[in-house]
Amino acid sequence: MEHIVIIGNGIAGITCARHVRKLSDKKITVISAESEYFFSRTALMYVYMGHMKWEHLKPYEDWFWEKNRIELKTGFVEVIDFGKKELDFSSGEKMTYDKLVLATGSVYNKFGWKGEDLPGVQGLVSKQDLELLEKNTKNCKKAVIVGGGLIGVELAEMLSTRNIEVMMLVREKAFWNNILPFPEAKMISEHIRSHGVEVKHEIELEEIVADETGRASAIYTKTGEKISCDLVGLCAGVRPNIDFLKNSKLETDRGILVDETLATNIEDVYAIGDCAQLRNPPTHRKRNEAVWYVGRMMGETLAATLAGEVQKYNPGNWFNSAKFFDIEYQTYGRVNPEENKEEQHFHWQHQDGTKAVTVAFNPENKRFLGINTFGIRMRHPVVDRWLNENRDIVFVLQNLRLANFDPEFYDNYEKAIFKSFKG
Amino acid sequence: MANSQKNMAITGEAPAALSKTQKISSGIGILGLFILLLALLNVNFPNKTLFLSLSIGLVTLGTVIFAKDLYSGKHAGIKNDGVWFKSMTARGIWAWITGIALTLFYVVLYWLPHFLGLNPEGGNTGLIALFDPLSKLINGGPASQWFVYGTLYTLAIFIFGYKFLLKYRHNRYQRLRTFSVMFFQLGFAFLIPEILVRLNQPYYNPANIWPLNYDLFAGYKLQEFFSAGNLGFFMFVFGLISIFVITPILTYKYGKRWYCSWVCGCGGLAETAGDPYRHLSDKSLFAWKVERWVIHSVLVFVTVMTIAVVYSFLGETPTEFWLTKDVFLGGSAGFLTLLFAAIMIFKRKQLAKDAKYGAIGYLVIILAIIGINYFSGNNNIFFFAGYQLREWYGFLIGAAFSGVIGVGFYPIFGNRVWCRFGCPMAAILGMQQRLFSKFRITTNGGQCISCGNCSTYCEMGIDVRAYAQKGQNIVRSSCVGCGICSAVCPRGVLKLENESTDGRIDSEEVLLGNDVNLMELLNQKAK
Repeated sequence: MEHIVIIGNGIAGITCARHVRKLSDKKITVISAESEYFFSRTALMYVYMGHMKWEHLKPYEDWFWEKNRIELKTGFVEVIDFGKKELDFSSGEKMTYDKLVLATGSVYNKFGWKGEDLPGVQGLVSKQDLELLEKNTKNCKKAVIVGGGLIGVELAEMLSTRNIEVMMLVREKAFWNNILPFPEAKMISEHIRSHGVEVKHEIELEEIVADETGRASAIYTKTGEKISCDLVGLCAGVRPNIDFLKNSKLETDRGILVDETLATNIEDVYAIGDCAQLRNPPTHRKRNEAVWYVGRMMGETLAATLAGEVQKYNPGNWFNSAKFFDIEYQTYGRVNPEENKEEQHFHWQHQDGTKAVTVAFNPENKRFLGINTFGIRMRHPVVDRWLNENRDIVFVLQNLRLANFDPEFYDNYEKAIFKSFKG
Repeated sequence: MANSQKNMAITGEAPAALSKTQKISSGIGILGLFILLLALLNVNFPNKTLFLSLSIGLVTLGTVIFAKDLYSGKHAGIKNDGVWFKSMTARGIWAWITGIALTLFYVVLYWLPHFLGLNPEGGNTGLIALFDPLSKLINGGPASQWFVYGTLYTLAIFIFGYKFLLKYRHNRYQRLRTFSVMFFQLGFAFLIPEILVRLNQPYYNPANIWPLNYDLFAGYKLQEFFSAGNLGFFMFVFGLISIFVITPILTYKYGKRWYCSWVCGCGGLAETAGDPYRHLSDKSLFAWKVERWVIHSVLVFVTVMTIAVVYSFLGETPTEFWLTKDVFLGGSAGFLTLLFAAIMIFKRKQLAKDAKYGAIGYLVIILAIIGINYFSGNNNIFFFAGYQLREWYGFLIGAAFSGVIGVGFYPIFGNRVWCRFGCPMAAILGMQQRLFSKFRITTNGGQCISCGNCSTYCEMGIDVRAYAQKGQNIVRSSCVGCGICSAVCPRGVLKLENESTDGRIDSEEVLLGNDVNLMELLNQKAK
């Protein structure tokens, strides 16, 4: 029986395993050095905040894997012998495969800052990071978070629940302004501040310094300012976790290079999820998209290929979501942070500073390109259809009510939004 | 690995601690309860009106200050910080103390009311005497243990309802249904029945529908209704209409939530006083299996029991009244058979296998027993006298299950144990919700990140995430439509809706974002 080995038990690897099982009878092994069972990485923050326990992060009960004949192996793969189709574990064990799927995910960025490896300095990506955070915040009074992105704001919220004073250093003019248009980015910055977090913009990290015990005790900004702290959170993005593959025949760039079928340059070896980089991405998508949904979609696609029906990875319209403290964010299609010749923005914001909408459209033919919403939920299937049907912005704003997904009895803002567009 | 997991659960002192205001307000509330305790220990307060007011006032004040300190002045939004760190909400020592105290209270209330001071002949003493003035004010007579219980129950729904309103002040669905349960508890469950008693009419709560109200068609109750003139007759007819007309219509339109989380008193207490314990429900597949067998067994039990008591109430000869024992028994058997036949013919495909077998099994058993007794000419239906069956039901289900286990164990097993495993009304509503209703929880395309907040905070133990991450709508008979899954979802994935029944249950893979051909392939292969 063909043996499919998947390295990584995150959403990409596990989705792939589950769908291979649905579609075929092959032997499946999933290897992880991080956790025995699949868990939802996006929910790590809720364990720290006491909303959930670790067991709640597991989307499947523990008996699920044996019942579905998906073998789980805990271990760290150090070297892959692609010629012999063999994996060498740090424990000295070996395992052979017929087909190999690399779904190794991401690690957080370190940009060579002085002091970045000191105790008390960490990011937040893995289960181990969460455990380390528990230790690092035992007697923590003040934390500095480097980077204003999705993980940065999560970490800020987490630390706030433990009464730790938090300062965020954000390189951009406003929170996540490299992704969000400025008015929205500014609104989120203000919202974060309203939760007692100090947000400093256009400030970057220079170095981290230690006290006499060797723990991080302060940082210096590029402008020379010294800020004392007990914890430094490194949240300046993530990168593919592929260091162990660097000196192999596997072609890599930022991530592992894959073609449309998610195959690498080596036969019978594939890569999916955060660690994969598309050689030829579709025009509306990026080469490397480290989000949950992409991992899941790639896992599904590759499973079909592995089961014998070769499928190309062909993602539809981009979508994503997040929550910044109390403000939910959803996005569909593409909304760039800056307007340009082909993309203009209509922006609406509620006076309470917790709800906003930005619609991107083509100024010439008025075509609807994408939408960001804050504090208002949208129906994915409806917006997705509008994007596929090439609707224009007037149609979208006239029919926005149809796309509303807020709970029953919530206030509606569609009329106000349309009025503001007309006026 | 096991060790590190354990470590994570016990860390995080900060969100677990009570603030100074919360400690003081807890003290104020406990002082109010202390007055009740003194009364229970037979301290004879000189001015009962004053001390009862003082007690209720202090408990209310304490809870209001506590809630205000906890929620107001903070951002509106989800407030679950530290839930799993706090002793009271994470099965710690305080949870056990509270659980045991509540359980003892229920045991005394149901079986040893004289310990509360109940003395219908020589005048009440103790705790019950403390409530005499209030009872006289409302129903004209001295208090009973049920009056005390009703008062405290209503008080709990109001003060914890206030806390819930503050906690979910950003969510109008949550606020409206909380106002609704407060209204139905105070008006329908507490005042109307007591005032009816004052007017010498039968005790009657129009919102307490058979079979939750298992005594509604008991012989003594029917006797009461029929000797109370037009009003009594109206109550009887309204009782019938409630379960056979109103319930099916509203459940078709809105799902069982119209009752379970908007009207019902058990639901009202669970959603207010029980809200801090909603995450304690068991989410395992095993628990779901147990749930389906237990709740449907209770439904069979109550049906059999009710048929039995009505049977013993009715006469033998058609000259007195057209509805004789024989006609009633035949009619019941016929009705049940038709109902099951209709379900099997029209909704066969939607029933899971074990549900189908269970239903068929139960039907056969009931009909067989009715048949055997009917043809054997035995006057006792089901080999027992009807009243015996009713007594057992009252003891096992009415008291032990719904009271002692249902509420006493809130801090250990969660707030909806009774509603999930025991309530026969919920079983009927649930069956209809599953098969003939417009209600569902819609999953928003591909936006789910499997975080698990929905499943964790589902008081009914539904693994909401299991559906959401597949892009499936949630159509479960046990869902009471509290809307908390939708509220706690950080990505806006869930919405309670009453839409067309077409495409309500979509068991196929519908993940959006991936190319359409692939989804077709997956669906084909899955079939």
